[in-house]
Amino acid sequence: MSVDRQQVEATIRDLLAGYNKDGVELTPETDIAADLNIDSADVLNFVMEVEDAFDVDISLNELSDVRTIAQLVDLVAERVGA
Amino acid sequence: MVDLLEKYRAAKERHDLLASIGVDAVGLVNDRILSPTRAIIGGREIILAGTNNYMGVTFEPECIRAGQKAMEEFGTGTTGSRIANGTYSLHGQMERALAEFMGRRHCMVFSTGFQANLGMIAGLCGPDDTIFIDADSHASIFDGCRLSGAKVVLFRHNDPDHLAKRLARHDPGKGGRLVILEGIYSMLGDTAPLRDFVALKREHDFQLLVDEAHSFGVLGEKGRGLAEREGVEEDVDFIVGTFSKSLGGIGGYAVSDHPDFEVLRYTARPYMFTAAPAPASIAAALCALKIIREQPERRAWLRTLSERLHAGLKAEGFTLGVDEISPVVAVICPDEKAAVAMWNGLLQAGVYVNLALPPGTPNKLSLMRCSVSAAHTEEEVDAVIAAFVAVRRQLVEQGLWPRE
Ligand SMILES: Cc1ncc(COP(=O)(O)O)c(C=O)c1O
Repeated sequence: MSVDRQQVEATIRDLLAGYNKDGVELTPETDIAADLNIDSADVLNFVMEVEDAFDVDISLNELSDVRTIAQLVDLVAERVGA
Repeated sequence: MVDLLEKYRAAKERHDLLASIGVDAVGLVNDRILSPTRAIIGGREIILAGTNNYMGVTFEPECIRAGQKAMEEFGTGTTGSRIANGTYSLHGQMERALAEFMGRRHCMVFSTGFQANLGMIAGLCGPDDTIFIDADSHASIFDGCRLSGAKVVLFRHNDPDHLAKRLARHDPGKGGRLVILEGIYSMLGDTAPLRDFVALKREHDFQLLVDEAHSFGVLGEKGRGLAEREGVEEDVDFIVGTFSKSLGGIGGYAVSDHPDFEVLRYTARPYMFTAAPAPASIAAALCALKIIREQPERRAWLRTLSERLHAGLKAEGFTLGVDEISPVVAVICPDEKAAVAMWNGLLQAGVYVNLALPPGTPNKLSLMRCSVSAAHTEEEVDAVIAAFVAVRRQLVEQGLWPRE
């Protein structure tokens, strides 16, 4: 799949919109769970959507190092070779 | 200094708010237990309809006597782990009886079902391995995965196609792969589509572990669980279970036909470094196992009552978690506030069920989780249904539950 980092970020922001109930403004530094007030179960649902969108696996272990949107974009971008 | 408990402020505020509505659901105390289905709570007799006591064996005179006798003969506790001084002849007897009941060569008894999952998962898997788990897995499965250091990949609840996709794109490298499922999922009472999952073994290499915590005793002709009912026991490499539900005790177990299974006795740390279950607990569970084996009519009666509760609540217009008949019957509440009010109302009306709230539930559902026991009577089941109807009427009047 040839996607660039910007596309990765755009898709992730789109998917995140469904979980952003309070309409928090998203920046690369947004802490996905804490700033958007998403509970642990929904974090996993969101990540499964990301995995399906890019056809990649993100293991729980890798996820434990990810807090911000930028970190998630980095991880996915690396995985899809963007 | 950062106060370590500060991180729980939001959780504490939510808990305090919910508790302020009535009785604190997570702090509920049974002052006395009268029978598998009755307790004294807050000075009143309550029908217990949320105990996981599926076979209703907790007050079997024979099991109580077996426990008493074991305590007299072997003492109050084991004061040591299974690999040191804590293994008594009783533990071996229980392991042989369970292996025989489950039709397996090997059995290990753990101190709880939670520890059986920790010990099995972390015992089987290490950093080179990958574990595929259902997104709705029990906490002990998530924690076992973390403890193992293996790579952990989630698939959508009860979705074999999603798992197939994950297996297909995953490169195992030099490690092994373990898939973990549950027989009956504890919150909604749905079963895993086990035959479809097992079919994936033809195309993909992996070993399979099924946690039959809620299905042991309940499903299958002999009560071995979902794998028995679905006729796929040979394809399930490891089964984990607990004494804390159908066996009415405390303890956990794992069974397998794997020739090297016994190595886990000196490699699985949650088995090795905790005290062995108490003699009375083992002896009572051993007796309960005998009752499950000898009285299949309990299973049939449980099924009859499960159907009665399921159909009764549905006929009254309640939305249930799943259509499948199961001794776990989950009533979906409109929201968290309604759930807390319903739970308090039911307790006032003399019925105890489990209050289950997100994130401990699938799909953010707020649930009244009922579980049926073979010790219930039809009248008790009807009383539970009537209580649901009466309390809902109050909540509708208070604007807490939508009018139909
Ligand atoms: C699916 C599942 N596995 C394991 C356990 C743990 O069993 P135990 O109560 O013996 O620790 C439970 C419930 O407690 C459970 O629901």
